[in-house]
Amino acid sequence: MEAFDIFLLEAVLNGLLLGGLLALLSLGLNLIFGVIDVVWICYAELIMCGMYAVYYLHVQYHWPLYAAMPAAILIVAMLGVILHQFVIKPVLSAEPINQLLVTGGVLFFLQAAATLAFGIDFKNLGVSLPAVRFGEMSFSAARLIAFGAAAAGVVGLFVFLNKTYLGTAIRAISQDRAIMPLMGVSPARVYTLTSALGGALAGLGACLLVLQYDVHPAIGLSFGPITFLICVLGGLGSMAGGLVAAFVFAQFISVGGFFFAIEWGYVIAFAFFIAMMFIRPQGLFRR
Amino acid sequence: MIGNYPLHLMILVLLWGYIYTSWSVMGRLGMVSFGHGAFMGIGAYTVVMLWNHYGVSPWIGAPVALALAAVVAIVIAYPCFRFKIVGHYFALVTLALSEVTRLIFVALREQTGGSLGATPNGALTEGTSVAIGAVQFSSKWVWLGVVFAFWLLGLWIWRLVDRGMGRLALQAISEDEEAAASIGIHVTRAKLQVTLVSALMTCAGGILYAQYQLYINPDTVSGIAISLQMVFGVIAGGMFVMLGPTVGAAFTLLLAEGLRLAFGNKYPALDTTIYGVMLVLFIIFMPKGILGAVLDLLRRPRRT
Repeated sequence: MEAFDIFLLEAVLNGLLLGGLLALLSLGLNLIFGVIDVVWICYAELIMCGMYAVYYLHVQYHWPLYAAMPAAILIVAMLGVILHQFVIKPVLSAEPINQLLVTGGVLFFLQAAATLAFGIDFKNLGVSLPAVRFGEMSFSAARLIAFGAAAAGVVGLFVFLNKTYLGTAIRAISQDRAIMPLMGVSPARVYTLTSALGGALAGLGACLLVLQYDVHPAIGLSFGPITFLICVLGGLGSMAGGLVAAFVFAQFISVGGFFFAIEWGYVIAFAFFIAMMFIRPQGLFRR
Repeated sequence: MIGNYPLHLMILVLLWGYIYTSWSVMGRLGMVSFGHGAFMGIGAYTVVMLWNHYGVSPWIGAPVALALAAVVAIVIAYPCFRFKIVGHYFALVTLALSEVTRLIFVALREQTGGSLGATPNGALTEGTSVAIGAVQFSSKWVWLGVVFAFWLLGLWIWRLVDRGMGRLALQAISEDEEAAASIGIHVTRAKLQVTLVSALMTCAGGILYAQYQLYINPDTVSGIAISLQMVFGVIAGGMFVMLGPTVGAAFTLLLAEGLRLAFGNKYPALDTTIYGVMLVLFIIFMPKGILGAVLDLLRRPRRT
C-alpha cells in the first residue's frame, strides 16, 4: 500500500510537469486567438517544424543545442509571420469558420511536406538526460527542464504583455479592435508581431518536446487536439483559463493513465472536456 | 471489359462521395462538424466487432450501429444546440468527440486489435463469391452496384433536405440564431433533425467501408485526420451544390492516384502536399469549391 501511494504521488507530480508543458503550448494559441481572433489549427504542425529544425541543426549540422534551439525558435517565429502574411491575412474578413479551415489546409500541407522532405521514420535527438530521483520517485530530467522553461516562458510573456509598450498595444488590440487604430496603433503591425510571438512560443515548445519525444511528420496530431481542447476549456483567448485547464487536463491524463491505460487517461480527459462544454460553454474563464 | 483497378477507383469515388455528401447535409447549413469520424468509426467497428466476436451478421449489426450512432449524435448534439455552442466551439467539441472514439478503439485493443486494426472474419469459402449473410462479396461489380445505390440515396436525401422547409429554417439559423428563434423556428429541433440524418448516413458509410475494404483501423475510420478529410473533400468540391462533395471525392482520389502513377512511390506524400496547398488556395480564392466555381463560370455569360 505504501508503494502504491508513492507511485500515485509520482503520477500526480508527473502530471504537474506535463501540465507546465501543455500550458506553454496552449499559451501561444491563446495569444493568437485573443489578439487576431483566429485559431491556428496547424499550431502543432508549427511545433513539429521546430522539432525538425532542432533535430537537423543539431544532428546533421552538429550545432550545439544552445545554438540550435534559439535558431529553431527564430525559424518557427518566422513561419508564424509567413503563415499570417500569406494565409491568414487574405481571410481576415471572411467567415470565422473559413479562417479555421484555411489553417487546417496548412496542417495538411505541413504534415505532407514534412513527410516528403524528412521521411516518415522517427528521428531521435540522441540526447539522453538522466532521471532525477527524489526518495523513491524518479522523474526524467527532460521533463523537469521542460517544466522550468515553460514556467519561464509563461512568466516572460506575462511580463512582456504587462510591462512593455508593445505588450500593452497587443493587449489593447485584443480588447477593442476598432478603437486602437484611432489611438495610433497599427493593427497590421501588432498582428505580425503577435504571430511572431505565437510562433516563437511554438518554437520554445518544440525545443522542450524534442528532448522528450521522437520527431515524425504526424506528431502534431498526437498533441495538437489536446492543445485546442485546453484552450477551449479555459475559454479561447483567456490565458489564465488556459493555464488552469492545462493542469487539469494533465492530471486526468497522468492519473487516469496511472489507474488504467494511457489512452483511457486521454478518453477521460476528452469526455471531461465535452461535459464541461455543456456546463460552461464559454470555458472556465470568460474573456 | 473494365479491369479491377478502375472499378476499385469508381467504388471509392462513389463511397467517399456518399460520405462527403452525408457530411455536407449539415456542414453547408453552418454546422461544421469535425466529429464525423466518430460516426464512421462507430459504424465500422460495431459491425465488425459484432461479427468477429459474436458471429452476428452485419444485417443485424448495421441497425445496432445506426442506433448507437443516433444515440451518440443526440447525446453530443442536443446539449450543443441547447446551449448555443456554434462556430469554432462546435467544431472543437465535435473534434473532441472524434478523438474520443478513436482513442476508445485503440484502448480496447484486446477486442479491436488497437492501432493494428481489425479484419472481419472471412466468410467466403473457396468457390463462392457471395456471402449474403456476412455481406462479403468478392465481385467488385456487386460492390459498385451497392455503393452506387447508396450514393444515389445520399443525393436524394441531400435534395430532400435542400427542398424542404427545414433548409430555409436552418439557413436562417446559421445567419442569426436569435432572430430565427424570434420568428418561431424551433432552433434546437431543426438542427438536431439534420444532424441525426447526417450522422446516420455517415455511420452507414462506415459500415460500407468496413465491408468493402475488409480492414479497419482506428486512424482510417475515425479520429481527427478522417474528420478533416471529410471537411476538406467537401470544401474542395463545393459545399453548396449537390454534386460538389462527389466532385471533391473524385478530385482528391484522382489527384492521389494520378501523382502515384506519374511518379511511382518515389514521393510518398506529394499528393497531400499539393492537396494542402490547393485547399489553402481554394478557401482563400474559391470558397465555393471546384464545382461551385465552374457553375458560376458557366452561368455568367448567360446573364450578361
